[in-house]
Amino acid sequence: MAFRGTAHKFGAHVDTDQIIPARYLNMSDPQELAAHVMEDADATFAGRVQAGDIVVADVNFGCGSSREHAPISIKAAGVSCIVAKSFARIFFRNSINLGLPVVECPEAVEATDEGDTLQVDLSAGTVTNMTKERSFTAKPYEPFMLELLDAGGLVEYTKRRLQAASR
Amino acid sequence: MTAAAPTPMTMAEKALARAAGRSQVAAGEFVTASVDLAMTHDIFAADVFGMLADAGIRRVWDADRVVVVFDHLVPPPTIEAAEAQRRARQHAADFGIRHFYAERAGICHQVLVEKGHVLPGRLVVATDSHTTTHGALGAAGSGIGSTEMAYVLATGRLWFKVPETIRFELVGELPEWVTAKDIVLFIAGRFGADVARYRAIEMGGPAASRLSVAGRLTISNMAVELGAKFGFFEADEAALAFLTGRTREPLEPFGPDDGARYLAAYSIDVSDLEPQVALPHNVDNVRPLSTVRGLRVDQAFLGSCTNGRLEDLAAAAAILRARTVHPDVRMVVAPASQEVYRQAARQGLLEIFSQAGAVVLNPGCGPCFGGHQGLLAPGERCIGSHNRNFCGRMGSSAAEICLASPAVVAASAVAGAIADPREYA
Repeated sequence: MAFRGTAHKFGAHVDTDQIIPARYLNMSDPQELAAHVMEDADATFAGRVQAGDIVVADVNFGCGSSREHAPISIKAAGVSCIVAKSFARIFFRNSINLGLPVVECPEAVEATDEGDTLQVDLSAGTVTNMTKERSFTAKPYEPFMLELLDAGGLVEYTKRRLQAASR
Repeated sequence: MTAAAPTPMTMAEKALARAAGRSQVAAGEFVTASVDLAMTHDIFAADVFGMLADAGIRRVWDADRVVVVFDHLVPPPTIEAAEAQRRARQHAADFGIRHFYAERAGICHQVLVEKGHVLPGRLVVATDSHTTTHGALGAAGSGIGSTEMAYVLATGRLWFKVPETIRFELVGELPEWVTAKDIVLFIAGRFGADVARYRAIEMGGPAASRLSVAGRLTISNMAVELGAKFGFFEADEAALAFLTGRTREPLEPFGPDDGARYLAAYSIDVSDLEPQVALPHNVDNVRPLSTVRGLRVDQAFLGSCTNGRLEDLAAAAAILRARTVHPDVRMVVAPASQEVYRQAARQGLLEIFSQAGAVVLNPGCGPCFGGHQGLLAPGERCIGSHNRNFCGRMGSSAAEICLASPAVVAASAVAGAIADPREYA
């Protein structure tokens, strides 16, 4: 699995209220949520983000609530993956379970500016900044997490496993 | 041949070893654990059960181990919330959920401990980040998302990475009017909001042992604000005394093994601590009260799963007795549960709040997560006893939230500005 997209940079401790605040928790349609994604961190983001773009952030991205609305809204906005120095643990699990790749790579975050083109290769475990022509090694995934992402999330992964078991 | 001596384990390692059916696990290992208790609330319940129904699953793995609480939007302030609760209520009936409290009990984490669902050393997961609360009773409590909850309700199992543990030794005597909330805010300010990310916390030492169960619940509740997976206190005599009469299960102390290995250990002397305040917009943006007093406030909020228990209400009432909330401030009070509400009523605390000019709400999460019952306008500032001051959390993203103890909230409500409770005692 590999993704190439334009980097959108965010700071440290971007919390789930900035990603999608409580006033939108009544929505469950991913596209409706996507229209408000990151509203309280950068009100222009939802209008600018293009399919395949990559969110780049400092430490502790996604801290706060356990709401899946947060990774759902980011994924539905077309973001192909998130590269951060680190993630809050519930957000990390939720993202993998919903099929949104989240990659820990502090060096790549440091080396990336807004608008750079990034290429992320999950299988190889690399983040390449095409604009700066520099490549970095990401924190490796456990094999079962790659399978989860490959399946598109926990629901599809579980279906695959159940089908395999019943064969 | 004698077996090798077991390696001493932290509370996180012991709890996950038990849940995984193993005698020994070590930090860094991945385990598949059997869940002892799973809870979901009104924001996610309809989605979680809907996922199961869509997958053709008609029952949960163990109806005795599943709790459903309505607490975030009660009573429903919107048609959408009412509809979500109507669906969740039907699902609870269809799935035969025995511990379905609807809106009758209070905030989910307080309900779980009051009703005896949480036991030392057990694994508790819930669709709420503040599930770390249950570490106060020695349980491994952690928040999960809706999709994982659907998986847990179907299978009773979930994977965990065994976390490393940071130990905080609390020593010294807390000064009067300085509380558990001030300790956890101080730790956030000193060590940062991600000090325990992917890790567990253990609180120990003589000052931890002297904390009431309510105070321990406050600190464990906010362990997630330090990034933690679990936030433990040892389940000692005080914890077991709290549980006695609430459960029929046998009660045993639970703590770390002597010689357990910690990633880091810090000693904190609480003797010199003064009340602490977290300023906008992060929980670790903490200042001593003396440096921020006088900051105007428009709303004072007393409540939440962090600080809505009886001793919190009593501390605030001691300040508000025979006083009036400042005319420019609206004060809202939400007891953490119906049990707390009734106790507070019997002790005359609700009358004190009402006389002082505060609005006493039904038990629930309303204002804390910005759902309803006290949202902020642009430019307004709230001081609250809750757990998060993120930008936009309580309404307008142009509002400000400060976090403090119930006593500081009450003193500030009277003064109309951040104030020191010791001047009102």
